Amino acid sequence: MSRLPDWLLPTVAAVALAALPAVLTPYLHDLVVKIVILAIFALSLELLAGTTGLVSFGHAAFYGLGAYTAALTAAWSDSPSLLWLLPLSIAVPALYALFVGALSLRTKGVYFIMVTLAFAQMAYFVFHDTKFGGGSDGVYLTNKPTLKVGSTMLLDTDQRLPFYYFTLGALVFTYALLALLKRSRFGHALAGIRVNEQRMRAAGFRSYGYKLAAFVIAGALAGLAGFLLALKDGFVNPELLSWHESGAVLLMIILGGLGHLRGAVIGAIAFVLLKEALSTQGLVGPLAEHWQLTLGATIIAFVALLPRGLIGIGSKG
Amino acid sequence: MDLATFLVQCLNAVQYGLLLFLVASGLTLIFGIMGVINLAHGSFYMVGAYLAFAIAPLFGQNFLLMLVVGVLLAAAFGYALEWAFYSYLYQREHLQQVLMTYALILVFEELRSLLVGNDVHGVAAPQWLAGSIELGALMSYPVYRLFASAACIVVALALYYVVNRTRLGMMIRAGASNRDMVRGLGIDIRRLYRIVFAAGVALAALAGMIAAPMSSVYPGMGNHVLIICFVVVVIGGIGSITGALIASLLVGAVDTFGKVFFAELSGIGVYVLMAIILVWRPEGLMKRSY
Amino acid sequence: MMSMPRLTTLAAALAFSSLACAQGQPPLKVGLMLPYTGTYAALGNMIENGFKLYVHEQGGKLAGREIQYFKVDDESDPSKATDNVNKLIKRDNVDVLVGTVHSGVALAMAKAARESNTLLIVPNAGADAITGAMCAPNIFRTSFSNWQPGYAMGVVAAQKGHKRAMTITWNYAAGNETVKGFTEGFEKGGGKVIKDLTLPFPNVEFQALLTEIAAQKPDAVYAFFAGGGAVKFVKDYDAAGLRKTIPLYGPGFLTDGTLEAQGTSAQGLLTTLHYADNLETPRNESFRKNFALNYKANADVYAVQGYDAAQLLGAGLTAVKGDFKQRDQMLYAMGKTVIGSPRGKFAMSAAHNPVQDIYLREAKGVNNEYRSVAVKQLADPAKGCKMSQ
Repeated sequence: MSRLPDWLLPTVAAVALAALPAVLTPYLHDLVVKIVILAIFALSLELLAGTTGLVSFGHAAFYGLGAYTAALTAAWSDSPSLLWLLPLSIAVPALYALFVGALSLRTKGVYFIMVTLAFAQMAYFVFHDTKFGGGSDGVYLTNKPTLKVGSTMLLDTDQRLPFYYFTLGALVFTYALLALLKRSRFGHALAGIRVNEQRMRAAGFRSYGYKLAAFVIAGALAGLAGFLLALKDGFVNPELLSWHESGAVLLMIILGGLGHLRGAVIGAIAFVLLKEALSTQGLVGPLAEHWQLTLGATIIAFVALLPRGLIGIGSKG
Repeated sequence: MDLATFLVQCLNAVQYGLLLFLVASGLTLIFGIMGVINLAHGSFYMVGAYLAFAIAPLFGQNFLLMLVVGVLLAAAFGYALEWAFYSYLYQREHLQQVLMTYALILVFEELRSLLVGNDVHGVAAPQWLAGSIELGALMSYPVYRLFASAACIVVALALYYVVNRTRLGMMIRAGASNRDMVRGLGIDIRRLYRIVFAAGVALAALAGMIAAPMSSVYPGMGNHVLIICFVVVVIGGIGSITGALIASLLVGAVDTFGKVFFAELSGIGVYVLMAIILVWRPEGLMKRSY
Repeated sequence: MMSMPRLTTLAAALAFSSLACAQGQPPLKVGLMLPYTGTYAALGNMIENGFKLYVHEQGGKLAGREIQYFKVDDESDPSKATDNVNKLIKRDNVDVLVGTVHSGVALAMAKAARESNTLLIVPNAGADAITGAMCAPNIFRTSFSNWQPGYAMGVVAAQKGHKRAMTITWNYAAGNETVKGFTEGFEKGGGKVIKDLTLPFPNVEFQALLTEIAAQKPDAVYAFFAGGGAVKFVKDYDAAGLRKTIPLYGPGFLTDGTLEAQGTSAQGLLTTLHYADNLETPRNESFRKNFALNYKANADVYAVQGYDAAQLLGAGLTAVKGDFKQRDQMLYAMGKTVIGSPRGKFAMSAAHNPVQDIYLREAKGVNNEYRSVAVKQLADPAKGCKMSQ
């Protein structure tokens, strides 16, 4: 039976996304950028929850940390360079992920879920309740970073079109990285751990090390998404680290379909578009104000009818 | 801090902890016995508070009668909700339960907005509970809070008795460990689960009704309670009522004394507590023993 | 016989609508970004109703321009704020932005308004920065800065002879800013704030801190909470017996919209705010009457702020005869206009925040009744604002 190669659909999608700016209105342009950033965020959680079976309810902490690192350190210089701002915004969340993972991975199942939540809440309160991060009203990012070689400007993230392609590039990078990881020995080990950790340990795999590595990579990628968000909005707020945000990204990957990279991306798209459609007066008229009711009912219907998520549509099961 | 103040703070911690226990006990029952992660539990607490607001005028000073009626109404509501919705969740994976019960929160919030509006409301405590007891020259302690604590203790004892000393409790505990065997013995496990769920909802609603005169009735009141509840359940060990009680008192103490001694970072106190306990005892304090 | 204000308004409306017919201008797009769900939904509703009431009183038009409304629910969520405000700015292409309640969201709106040069009128959010570090020619506020009612209460508390005060609030920007205002006013009058108590937002377990207050025995307590938290705090404070021994003060939000729920616990509470329900001026009385007639509810300070937002916009439009494109003149006029608000007359400071009388009110029944003027024509210091007039 002939099958389309796995890389075909994602490549087509990437090309389509690259061509979109030509036809998008300014508002839709921003919407697409937001979806792309959320897709990166969702993909990072997919590595953790879908591939390795570690459901984290505190993933937004790394997302928010990436955003805050970008916003707070960008103020250090009048014209910050991407060369240090980007790695720093990924390194800080990765370090926190190392700390959180090292402690949390001692627990399992629902306890793991709650411990990751606890560490996210700790980070949230540090930014919300103390003056360290600018307090509960949030902080602005005004000096957008650039990539310069000598005096030639290679990339100015303040410009709409370059930033669009930068973000799209980040998504392609993330997707490709995770796809390669999944196919590698490392990825197979993670999948094995998800299915039966005891057996993996019996076969000689030090599962704790593998899980920790997955946790840190996931945290780093979430930080990348947060970094991009800070650049896009120019404004970061402690709510980015809240459990509502962690819940939302979890919902995205469940909605899209756990266990598949496509699922994470589709889930991000569906979640944003669904919410957007249900709260737009132009589309649903007076129901727009009651979007909580329609969104809630829709989610219930989705989960009831499509237990494997949106990618379950049309598959042979 | 002198001794008098310290004792009063202990009283505050216990009182808050006991009320938390009332809400958390319902959650740990549903979670432990039926294995369902129910994010909408905070909404049941809110339903209880709004119920109190709605029916209080009908009962005047008959506060206890109102509580009884409220509990019965909430139990009936829980029974119906289990039949209509939750019974379909048992076969599902945890994550799907998370998604569906999260959606249920949204639905409840909007229904509440449509039915009762978005204003803040108060419920008056009955006259015979409205006084205060002088605690030296320091301050007075409201009688109602003592009543609330006493009510929680009564419920805790009742729960312990039912779960450990009655046939129903035996069936519940058996059903938790081995569902199929219980069914094989001729016990209707579906009816059993429905009863347990109704009890869980009733407990949360009762907590909301008892809390209503002390706090107030307002939109979003379920959210904050929900997250603390999960923390309590996890610290105590899922499915353990004794664990929930100990954890509630611990959380009450951390919250109370944290505010006094670590004002700026008191928000993280509860989470630090949970992290420490789970790193030390990865399955909670008292897993599965009632 | 129709009252004078009504008659003049009607005449003005007729005159302007005939002018508009002559010019045939398209409707003015007003984007309302307010909380329609969540804890602040009631406030969002009040603000919108207040705004629409003024437009309705002008015959449905401002300076001859019909108003077309676009609404977005901001969910009081700052992390979605930029996307939500862009729905109005980029998708719906609104001319004017009106919003919001939550300061974190308003700060995101202020940034977006500055970058797109959209006119923004803030009908509530009190963050000092909005007319401070973020001030701009196209950003106006018709409500208050967190500092204002706090400062006024500090002045009053010092005047009453209190020497040692404690403050208690949620640990977030609004709480911190209002406490700073109180401290400034109180210490200027010779008092001293001995301790600031905070608890994390939205925690409402106050018992521990009430015990702390009882232990420290200050002369007075200044508290800021809003909504459900305000109801619980006032009730808890009373139940702990503290109302008999330590006077409680607060900004108006402690008792606004919450008196019915607070019951006897709140009776007699003194608060400061730029509005009082029973101000006996013809302007306020006709406003409250019209509001009750149209919306079957009693107006509150949020409705007034929304109403004044529409008045401010109307004043600007009138100055340019409805020609929105004459932006600079319009903004200049808005900055210079004196608003005949139900709260009394007020004008904009150089940073575009109201310079207004702050009233001392006492809670009586279900109303906050006017007692006196706490501070006349109080202007926010507008720290960090670089605009000069």
